[in-house]
Amino acid sequence: MEERMLMKGNEALAEAAIRAGCKCYFGYPITPQTEIAAYMSKRMPKVGGVFIQAESEIAAINMVYGAASAGVRAMTSSSSPGISLKSEGISYLAGSDLPCVIVNVERGGPGLGGIQPSQSDYYLATKAGGHGDFSLLVFAPSSVQEMADLVVKAFDNADKYRMPAMILADGLLGQMMEPVRFPESYAPQPEKPWACTGHGNAREHNIINSLYLVPEELEKSNIERFERYERVKRELCLYDNYLTEDADIIVTAFGATARIVRSAVTMARAEGIRAGLIRPITLWPFPAQAYRDALSTAKAYLSVEMNMGQMVDDVKLAIECKRPVHFFGHTGGIVPTPAEVLAQLRAINEQIGK
Amino acid sequence: MLYTRPKSLCDVPLHFCPGCSHGIVHRIVAEVMDEMGIVGDTIGVCPVGCAVMSYDYFACDMIEAAHGRAPAVATGVKRSRPDKFVFTYQGDGDLAAIGTAETVHSATRGENITVIFINNTIYGMTGGQMAPTTLPGQVTQTTPYGRDPKVAGYPVRVCEMVSTLTGTAYAERVAVDSPQHIRAAKKAIRKAFDTQAAGKGFSIVEILSTCPTNWGMTPVQAVERVRNEMIPYYPLGVYKDITEVADNDQ
Amino acid sequence: MAEMRVDRDRCKGCGLCVDVCPKKIITIRRDIRNQKGYSPAECTDVSKCIGCAMCFMMCPDQAIEVEK
Repeated sequence: MEERMLMKGNEALAEAAIRAGCKCYFGYPITPQTEIAAYMSKRMPKVGGVFIQAESEIAAINMVYGAASAGVRAMTSSSSPGISLKSEGISYLAGSDLPCVIVNVERGGPGLGGIQPSQSDYYLATKAGGHGDFSLLVFAPSSVQEMADLVVKAFDNADKYRMPAMILADGLLGQMMEPVRFPESYAPQPEKPWACTGHGNAREHNIINSLYLVPEELEKSNIERFERYERVKRELCLYDNYLTEDADIIVTAFGATARIVRSAVTMARAEGIRAGLIRPITLWPFPAQAYRDALSTAKAYLSVEMNMGQMVDDVKLAIECKRPVHFFGHTGGIVPTPAEVLAQLRAINEQIGK
Repeated sequence: MLYTRPKSLCDVPLHFCPGCSHGIVHRIVAEVMDEMGIVGDTIGVCPVGCAVMSYDYFACDMIEAAHGRAPAVATGVKRSRPDKFVFTYQGDGDLAAIGTAETVHSATRGENITVIFINNTIYGMTGGQMAPTTLPGQVTQTTPYGRDPKVAGYPVRVCEMVSTLTGTAYAERVAVDSPQHIRAAKKAIRKAFDTQAAGKGFSIVEILSTCPTNWGMTPVQAVERVRNEMIPYYPLGVYKDITEVADNDQ
Repeated sequence: MAEMRVDRDRCKGCGLCVDVCPKKIITIRRDIRNQKGYSPAECTDVSKCIGCAMCFMMCPDQAIEVEK
């Protein structure tokens, strides 16, 4: 194993992408993720890769579309408003079954919003990435190490399932520094016979396309895609449990918020409150089974997010509202504190005590 | 000597309207690919517009792109496969309205791609709306009383615009309204591909074209309109050619 | 000798060849309808064809072949 390095989340993610074989990066400045672009501008020329600062986030996602169509690993990154701009391109990538990685280092919204961390793009990432029926692989890192590890997973699984993958981070993870270690070896990239590489008169011409004017053909392509999504749900569902085996209260949170909730859970346990944390790592596929498994002991659920309440819906769906599901969160860039979460746990604990 | 369909054009009927110039331009682009022997090393990008289905017509690898974004897609392709020929085939609404930023910036970056630009002064696929190249006074679905520049602004002259950008190596405007002009257009397309082969930077061929259906004309009347109304407003000629100059910086 | 041939099913009867032929030996066969319902073009007197291929060049649908 390589030695550990102290790195900013944004930069660790960029370095890991390069090591995972990302050949092209197309970016555009927007706080709080601009370090990714700056880092790529320094490193890509040194490793024979491509860095372009595009004229807009729209151009950048379409450059990714081009590079992915040509069969190379490509990435773009932005923050919330920039991801909105990329939505059409993301839908085209999904509709053309193209693998790539899109990084969203979220900031407060809507509109221009703020530049502090937030998780208000949960719906955008997991449900509303663009027009049409499609999903993205969505990975939610919770540490600088995971910023690095998950971008590698994103590339590998995007290629494996031929679909776009998103890293849903936030300004906190992007800006904070923690030690990180990069793995020595990386999985080989799969062959891409479907890519547009110039057929050299040796094969039929390849077409990358999402236009199907015949309704039956468009429906068929959607159905095939959704069969693949079912396979992904069976094969790739990452989450992390902490003290959930005997938990009366299941708290759930992802990303940076999960670290805060973990402290609150530990503090609650010290007071005799049986709380446990479920931390989704893949937000799509959503680890619904983890929440169902906890029904055996849980009397209540609490979702803690840096938004007005979005993942809480999926928790309710997962357990079909068999238990009360509470929400606590801040938005606008305010980061909840362990004490605030602990107060919520105390209140819920009293309720279920009666 | 047999004049027949070039091999780089698939043997399928084209869906274009009777008399539409798209079919002519498809043939001369394919003829250039045949003559250069590059169909196996070429990747085409066709965005939304009447020619979006050219992925079924050009025999090279083809990529369908979002409206206006073909130059960005082509940038991604060319940057990751620099040894391949990359061209886009775009309409006027695509290139000079929604895709203006992509056009200007792929040119000013000097992207080593070739843009085939069909200027027929109208949005064809959606049924004849005003395009950025619609002439003053021209009636369209969205300028029913004729385009009034005070309200709908003036047409964009693309070759003139992109020729001011250092990254543009070659920009020529041609027409396909007559065999003589078609020969010249094919020569321009060949020059553009040669510019790309020499790595000189961004090349664009603007091709004045007809849209009989949406102009409400017969194909022959439409060809005359190109001659009598469009060429005077969009003068033919080479607007930039640095391929003779040694390096790209002047 | 030169010859101009029209693929009746590809032709859309647009008339561009008729207009451009210097020998004026191409007409539209109003009495015929192809699969798509178009009346195709046809060479009326192949002996007068000089193989200039101007019809071929103006044809948007590769419906014309010219042999010289």
